[in-house]
Amino acid sequence: MTLRATDRPSGVPWYNDEKTRGVLYQVVLLAVVLFVGWWLVSNTLRNLEQRQISTGFGFLWREAGFAIAEQRIRFEPTDSYARALIVGLLNTLEVSAIGIVLATLLGTVVGVARLSTNWLIARLATVYVEVVRNIPLLLQLFFWYAFITQSLPGVREALHPLPGVFLSNRGLAVPVPEFNEGQAWALVGGAIGIAASIFLARWARKRQDATGQPFPTIFAALGLIIVFSFIGWLIGGAHSALSIPEKSGFGFSGGAELSPEFAALLIGLTVYTAAFIAEIVRGGVLAVAYGQTEAAMALGLKSGLVMRLILLPQALRVIVPPMTSQYLNLFKNSTLAIAIGFRDFVSVDDTVMNQTGQAIECVALIMAVYLTVSLLISSFMNWYNNKVALRGSTR
Amino acid sequence: MKRFVLAASLVFAAGTAQAGATFDTVKARGLLVCGVHTGLPGFGAPDEKGVWAGVDVDICRAVAAAMFGDATKVKYVPLTSTNRFTSLQSGEVDLLSRNTTETLTRDTTGVMNFGPVNFYDGQGFLVAKKLNIKSALELKGATICTLTGTTTEQNLADYFRANKMDYKPVTFEKQDEASAAFAGGRCDAITSDKSQLGAIRGAQLQNPADYVILPETISKEPFATAVRHGDDQWFDLVKWSVYAMIEAEESGVTSKNVDEMVKSTDPNVQRLLGVSVGAGGGMGKALGVDDKFAYNIIKQVGNYGESFDRNLGPTSKINIERGLNNLWKNGGLQYAIPFR
Repeated sequence: MTLRATDRPSGVPWYNDEKTRGVLYQVVLLAVVLFVGWWLVSNTLRNLEQRQISTGFGFLWREAGFAIAEQRIRFEPTDSYARALIVGLLNTLEVSAIGIVLATLLGTVVGVARLSTNWLIARLATVYVEVVRNIPLLLQLFFWYAFITQSLPGVREALHPLPGVFLSNRGLAVPVPEFNEGQAWALVGGAIGIAASIFLARWARKRQDATGQPFPTIFAALGLIIVFSFIGWLIGGAHSALSIPEKSGFGFSGGAELSPEFAALLIGLTVYTAAFIAEIVRGGVLAVAYGQTEAAMALGLKSGLVMRLILLPQALRVIVPPMTSQYLNLFKNSTLAIAIGFRDFVSVDDTVMNQTGQAIECVALIMAVYLTVSLLISSFMNWYNNKVALRGSTR
Repeated sequence: MKRFVLAASLVFAAGTAQAGATFDTVKARGLLVCGVHTGLPGFGAPDEKGVWAGVDVDICRAVAAAMFGDATKVKYVPLTSTNRFTSLQSGEVDLLSRNTTETLTRDTTGVMNFGPVNFYDGQGFLVAKKLNIKSALELKGATICTLTGTTTEQNLADYFRANKMDYKPVTFEKQDEASAAFAGGRCDAITSDKSQLGAIRGAQLQNPADYVILPETISKEPFATAVRHGDDQWFDLVKWSVYAMIEAEESGVTSKNVDEMVKSTDPNVQRLLGVSVGAGGGMGKALGVDDKFAYNIIKQVGNYGESFDRNLGPTSKINIERGLNNLWKNGGLQYAIPFR
């Protein structure tokens, strides 16, 4: 039995009517939200005007006038603030993307290791998780940075394990192929290899579905990509010139360098986040009923195959949602970069803010960038979650 | 996180800091709130007993002495290079005395007014002696440690651009981390204002004798106190408190002899110390404070030279030359506007 407004027994005042009250609360809530929003905006504008601070994003096109060592796209002090911020953003995205991949791999290995029947491996994994996740990340970053810069020798005494490879407290310098237009063919070859691999994988699955015969798809795909890239490289003229780092002046010239700041941040983020991911993976695997393992063993599958074919695919359904939070954490934690001198987005933004005095705009940029990328990460993970979810399940 | 607070202060703060209000606010409060460095020996840092000391801190004390006749009526707010301007703008501090370089941009877009220059500094480079470098022009291709959020980053880029040299900056947020990276050999040189390099060498490196400050000065860094724009009465008091210290040194008045100098027949000294007061009142009255304001400053804080020697001179840890900060009579730039 439901009471409607018209059902209201006489004697009950209008403000005690369920429907009227519902509408009233909605109106009051909306009014409060609108008022707070209006107050924040108008107060900001009044304060800005009172302090004679000019607003707007026009400053982004002014000359930056400072240099950034870590750059994925070319950046000179004569370029604009906007380009400086893009350089910072690319650095943030690079370290986060590599960090997410490495943390997932390391975390999965450690999580599975904690479930190992080997006593030593399981205990080592436990110690790793408990130590790493209970120490603040900032301290760990300082540790890794100090470890790299203090324990490695200076440039002039750089370690020289392989020809053309130098390891010092200025980072790792390695040879890289010199760029040549012919090398584009190698990329074309690689793309053909990838396309061929996809067809191969489809065929292999169909065959396995039909005959039960497994096919070593991964190794075959790798082989295809390497062979096609190599053919492309040969067609392009087989340029084999390398840019080899050499000691010159204060550092190295030529080759590619991996800076200690980048390395420390990447290691720190990976090691820290992997500890949390390990627990999520362990929890996911434990959530799969033990009967599944017994059934798989009864079929004669080896323990590695049981994990890969039976447990992990089912565990993924439990693992993916909390994993999203860890990816977001890693991405946001990358802002600690400023403490160890890596030029991420926040660090560059900090300089821009100080040189231009546009605090509101610069903080708004930080919020916009981190909100956008975080939402992208989480919508990708939601899509993936839907993909691995049980088909036809109703929630 | 701190920067977030700054932006938030603009969003949430009720309109404070109206023009002309600071003088009355400070007077009513009975306490000066002064923004200083988080800890730069010689300029603004707590000493062994936890008492704030330094040439910048002495300006805060001088203004308090002028206002209240008591140099101890100051509350110190340590500020980083990033949050100092917003703290001043939002009214968190009455006065910013924190080795702040005066520039056109800061004067106009920063909504501040700069008082007299209390320290003439310039950016330089500190390197290890073992590198055997005699000039900054030999730093081609060097890795250089610097701080974010300061003019140093831009000066560095300008200098290397002007001399067609390349370099690799490693940029930190805090001085301690930059110094540690430099000490560990991550950088060939560390750049900052020369006074700060002196402090780093004296206090943060293990063997100060192993390091040398290169002769080049690549920028002009006039450090001045700052107040909010459009607050003229307050601005005047800060300005003349600083000049009183310089004028005292020019006239030979020190904290030790000030009580005898009161009897001086020199009209300049008489006007400075508020001894000869005309019918309409003396210099202090014009500023809205006691006519003896300069006497109080000199008695409690000392003249400019005394403040410099105590904090930066040969007896201090920093030990830098007076150089440009000598009186104009002695070949420097410090010059007081006449007290008449």
